[in-house]
Amino acid sequence: MKNRLGKWLLSWPPLLYLVLFFLIPTAIMFVAAFRFPGDYGGLAPMYYYEEGKLIWDLTLENFTRLVEEPIYFELFAKSAWYAALTTLICLVMAYPLSWLIARSAKKYRDLLLLLVILPFWSNFLIRIYAWMIILGPQSAFTRAVNWVWTGMGGEPVQLLFTPFAVIVGMVYVHLPFMVLPLYANLEKHDLSLLSAAQDLGANAWQRFWRITWPLSLPGVFAGSALVFIPALGMFAIPDILGGTDSIMIGNLIKQQILDTRDWPFGAVLSIMLTAGVLAIAMLGALIARKGVKRG
Amino acid sequence: MALLEIRNVVKQFDDFTAVNDVSLSVEAGEFFTLLGPSGCGKTTLLRMLAGFEQPDAGQILLDGQDMSRVPPEKRPVHTVFQNYALFPHMTVRENIAFPLKMAGWAKDKMDAQVDELLEDVRLTEFGKRYPHEMSGGQRQRVAIARALVDRPRLLLLDEPLSALDAKLREEMQLELIKLQKEVGITFVYVTHDQGEALALSHRIAVMSRGQVEQLDIPENIYGNPKNRFVADFIGQCNVLEGTVRAVDGGTMTVDIKGCGEVRTLAVPGVTVGQQGWLALRPEKIKLDKELSDLPDEAYFRGRIHDCLYLGDVTIYIVEVADGVLIEAMLPNNIPGVAKFFDDGDIVEIAWRFDAGSFLTE
Ligand SMILES: Nc1ncnc2c1ncn2[C@@H]1O[C@H](COP(=O)(O)OP(=O)(O)OP(=O)(O)O)[C@@H](O)[C@H]1O
Ligand SMILES: [Mg+2]
Repeated sequence: MKNRLGKWLLSWPPLLYLVLFFLIPTAIMFVAAFRFPGDYGGLAPMYYYEEGKLIWDLTLENFTRLVEEPIYFELFAKSAWYAALTTLICLVMAYPLSWLIARSAKKYRDLLLLLVILPFWSNFLIRIYAWMIILGPQSAFTRAVNWVWTGMGGEPVQLLFTPFAVIVGMVYVHLPFMVLPLYANLEKHDLSLLSAAQDLGANAWQRFWRITWPLSLPGVFAGSALVFIPALGMFAIPDILGGTDSIMIGNLIKQQILDTRDWPFGAVLSIMLTAGVLAIAMLGALIARKGVKRG
Repeated sequence: MALLEIRNVVKQFDDFTAVNDVSLSVEAGEFFTLLGPSGCGKTTLLRMLAGFEQPDAGQILLDGQDMSRVPPEKRPVHTVFQNYALFPHMTVRENIAFPLKMAGWAKDKMDAQVDELLEDVRLTEFGKRYPHEMSGGQRQRVAIARALVDRPRLLLLDEPLSALDAKLREEMQLELIKLQKEVGITFVYVTHDQGEALALSHRIAVMSRGQVEQLDIPENIYGNPKNRFVADFIGQCNVLEGTVRAVDGGTMTVDIKGCGEVRTLAVPGVTVGQQGWLALRPEKIKLDKELSDLPDEAYFRGRIHDCLYLGDVTIYIVEVADGVLIEAMLPNNIPGVAKFFDDGDIVEIAWRFDAGSFLTE
């Protein structure tokens, strides 16, 4: 009895948080998706009275617009592609880094981890603006790239305001979210399994592929979710580093809500994005549970 | 030619010598045991055989081939680790198939071989389970099957039974003997449990501080220990200090400090005046209120100092002279009687002249 009370006391703050800041906003957005835009932005009333009768003023128009115009689907697909590419690059970069940290002497591990999260100490926007300078046409980096590229017979290229710049920025910002769960996983590995595998005839590659990699999958999934989900809804980085051709779904939502002032359509896009993310998160949890059952 | 030859192997960690000039050879098909107290270098020696450590000096030959440049994955040697080291993400089948997969066996051949090993270790119904769904003894058997599946030349076992409870350990010992006989693979077995070593092995190397103290068949390790360390480490043993007074053909007379003279077997090379120790197993000592006169035997009168009731036997510690304690062991073979004597009882003890052995070191 006492135990149950304790559980309840502990669980209501996060529950309340989820209800207030996730469920209710999502419900508002869900309803907004069926309404008409207001004359001066915002939303038109949901209902009105005509001759004393209540008339609901709702529509499916916002959804049909989404389905009918292929550009929106393409934008979703492109965003998913950018997020997936970001996740993949983060994984490839973070795996060896996490492995090295997990295998380094215990006294250096905390310091190395601190270095990984050090960028969080400065403002997100400032760090993105820094990339604007690094990738800008006058930067030493861009000039070096162009020097090599034209030397090989290519035309000079622009780096800033391209999809390349967006991916660079997204990888840069999300890398620690991949490193931390991977490290947490790799650090726990029982090294005697690698000795056993070697003893039983596995070479270095086989030891990685048959032992380390499958045992690290929970970390890979956790890190991928932590990178893919925020990357999918990202708008600041494409805004600052991207050109007109590299906007993502997050930019479109922001545009609908703030610039075009078509809140209902913005709401439709938002709930589609939320639904997509939820589906991916559930899939991830399912795979992770399978991993836990085995480990 | 011996299957395994270890020649003058030395291994140092910084300035600590873990294995100090060990030489021994193991024959094909043998069950060979390295026995010694904790920290004597058994695991280090085993790791050098597996290839995880390189000797600082000396050579390891397998089938006459020098192993120094051969990495662990290329040696026809497998290890059963103390913690089993089963792969948690693989089923029992997959664990056992692992060495075959690494060696690139064909699927149908591999399946047949794994089935055979599962049968050998009596786990046929457990193939689809994961290691965490198995008991300690079952995991142990999986680890052994996995290490035997591709028929290595040599199987190394590092205290494989130490994590099991006493009953299960005994069961597994019998199973190990049977399995080794069946597969005919050479075992090098590491343990600090002398009972286990005596029960399992064809030959035993008793180690201490990085060196081999005695290498012999179990009967000789127990019956004729070479020095005080071996006598003391293997089983219960009385070690009585004394000096040789006379040598007379096959026997000699030793003056046991504080007790008096006894006759014992002569030792080649030992002459009058030699200091040493008489090693005497407690079960070889006769003990009673009154022993009938036996001219051929060492004979003393003493007082029961302490009794240790062990169930099947009781150990009586007899004070034969001031400060000289001799342990004697009697089987509790009379129903309803747990103790034949009480503390303080005056008793007589005796042993045959060939019951003990005289040690010079
Ligand atoms: N990597 C190492 N670095 C330094 N010293 C080591 C190392 N490995 C072993 N030693 C030392 O070498 C000695 C022998 O160790 P080893 O593990 O071979 O003992 P063991 O006979 O297997 O003992 P146990 O029965 O406790 O397992 C020990 O004193 C140990 O501290
Ligand atoms: Mg050891």
